[in-house]
Amino acid sequence: MDTHDHVKAHLMDADDLSRTLDRMARQIVEYVDPDTDAEGTNIALIGMQVRGVHLARRLQAKIRTFEGLEVPVGVLDATMYRDDFRMRLKQPIVRATEIPFDVTGRHLIVVDDVLYTGRSLRAALDALMDLGRPASVRSLVIIDRGLRELPLQPDIVGREVPTLPGEEVRLRLREMDDREGVWLVRRETPTHRAAAHV
Amino acid sequence: MSEPLAPLRTSLDHRHLLGLATYHADEIALILHTAREFRAVLERPIKRVPTLRGVTVVNLFFEPSTRTRLSFELAEKRLSADVINFSASGSSVSKGETLKDTARNIEAMKVDVVVVRHKSPGVPQFLTRCVDAIILNAGDGQHEHPTQALLDLLTMSDFIDGFQGLNVSIIGDVKHSRVARSNIFALNALGANVTLCGPPTMMPYAAESLGVRVTHRLDEALEGCDVAMALRIQMERQGASLFPSLREYHQRFGITLGHLERHPDLRIMHPGPVNRGVELASDVVDHERAVILNQVTNGVAVRMAALYLLASQRVDA
Repeated sequence: MDTHDHVKAHLMDADDLSRTLDRMARQIVEYVDPDTDAEGTNIALIGMQVRGVHLARRLQAKIRTFEGLEVPVGVLDATMYRDDFRMRLKQPIVRATEIPFDVTGRHLIVVDDVLYTGRSLRAALDALMDLGRPASVRSLVIIDRGLRELPLQPDIVGREVPTLPGEEVRLRLREMDDREGVWLVRRETPTHRAAAHV
Repeated sequence: MSEPLAPLRTSLDHRHLLGLATYHADEIALILHTAREFRAVLERPIKRVPTLRGVTVVNLFFEPSTRTRLSFELAEKRLSADVINFSASGSSVSKGETLKDTARNIEAMKVDVVVVRHKSPGVPQFLTRCVDAIILNAGDGQHEHPTQALLDLLTMSDFIDGFQGLNVSIIGDVKHSRVARSNIFALNALGANVTLCGPPTMMPYAAESLGVRVTHRLDEALEGCDVAMALRIQMERQGASLFPSLREYHQRFGITLGHLERHPDLRIMHPGPVNRGVELASDVVDHERAVILNQVTNGVAVRMAALYLLASQRVDA
């Protein structure tokens, strides 16, 4: 948690998050067509940098445990495709994009922690289209906090949480943070909208 | 490939890229890190990202250049910037317009970034005082050529474990080389040991004050050396009597297959264009330990990174 955060609600603890991911993993498996793709190899998870990558890996492990299917995971950083280049003084650091499979013809599931304005998802869609022609793209998020600025909706949602613009949703994972869970916070120091969590 | 330098910061302290003399090690690390991600874009089927859409870049080349201009232009286009090219021949410069007026006219056309090459050192610095745009130095006289040094560093970083304690020898006409100067500044900042080698006529005055070792014997320069960077002998300076003949230069300072055999880990770099049989024996240019073409590929990626990190500062535009 950042030092300026004022916690308003603890939305999920580690167990809640695990149960949510269990349910999501089963929903993903429903996308596998047993007639044409019994191995599930035509489906792939795309983890959005940074925390979406860890979520995608956890979903991959759960799908392996439940169904014995090996769903590939790609890593996407859509920084280069963002539309707020001229609005921010400091650029976000460009992180790795590693998609070790051909996206053309695959059913992709873009995995991210929070869906907010939809601008990150828009950037991700453009980035994926530049890599090939997926058969379909679906969106999976742990928290849909509303306040969309683009006509995009998620397909698999952990929890819908109506929020206010000054608030932020913090998802923390043990892979990279000192705690695990989801919190709704209000930032004590107001930040520019463009720099807010999207 | 492992990344020898993990970035510790997310933005540059500098508004322009005039030279590497004042760049900190972690700023250089950030540019190299960003360049690696842009290099991955160049491997994709669609080698273009929309990052600099709406940003206008002018390439202001007062001095002939093929590779650097093409590399910058490609980098700008890969980032979806709008690109204007200007070369001194056939322009208003040949009609007697001053540099300042040329720059201000270009600025009046609402340009965000100026990439400039000029035969006089300090021209990029001067432009920062005339115009509001972000300035990138593409080579100014014998002063600096920062993007060339950055691409050299990116190339090295692919086969080394780290710059700390790395031994790099720069061989040839260091005195007239802006590439060498930028490399010396950056390599020193990153903790590498630099040795300069060449005939005394080609060594800069008081070279040791740059924090380098100087030798006039090639064998000494290559002993314990990890990377040998040969500089181009500028044929147009042949009249300046810097050395007796090309043949003699090659015998004393040219790198041959024999050197590669005696130094099995030595890598060869060259900023190009190479004079085969002068700085490098022809077999050396084509040797697997010569990474000259990697340098060219990395040039586009490093320029994309520099443009990306600098152009974003035009928030008022």
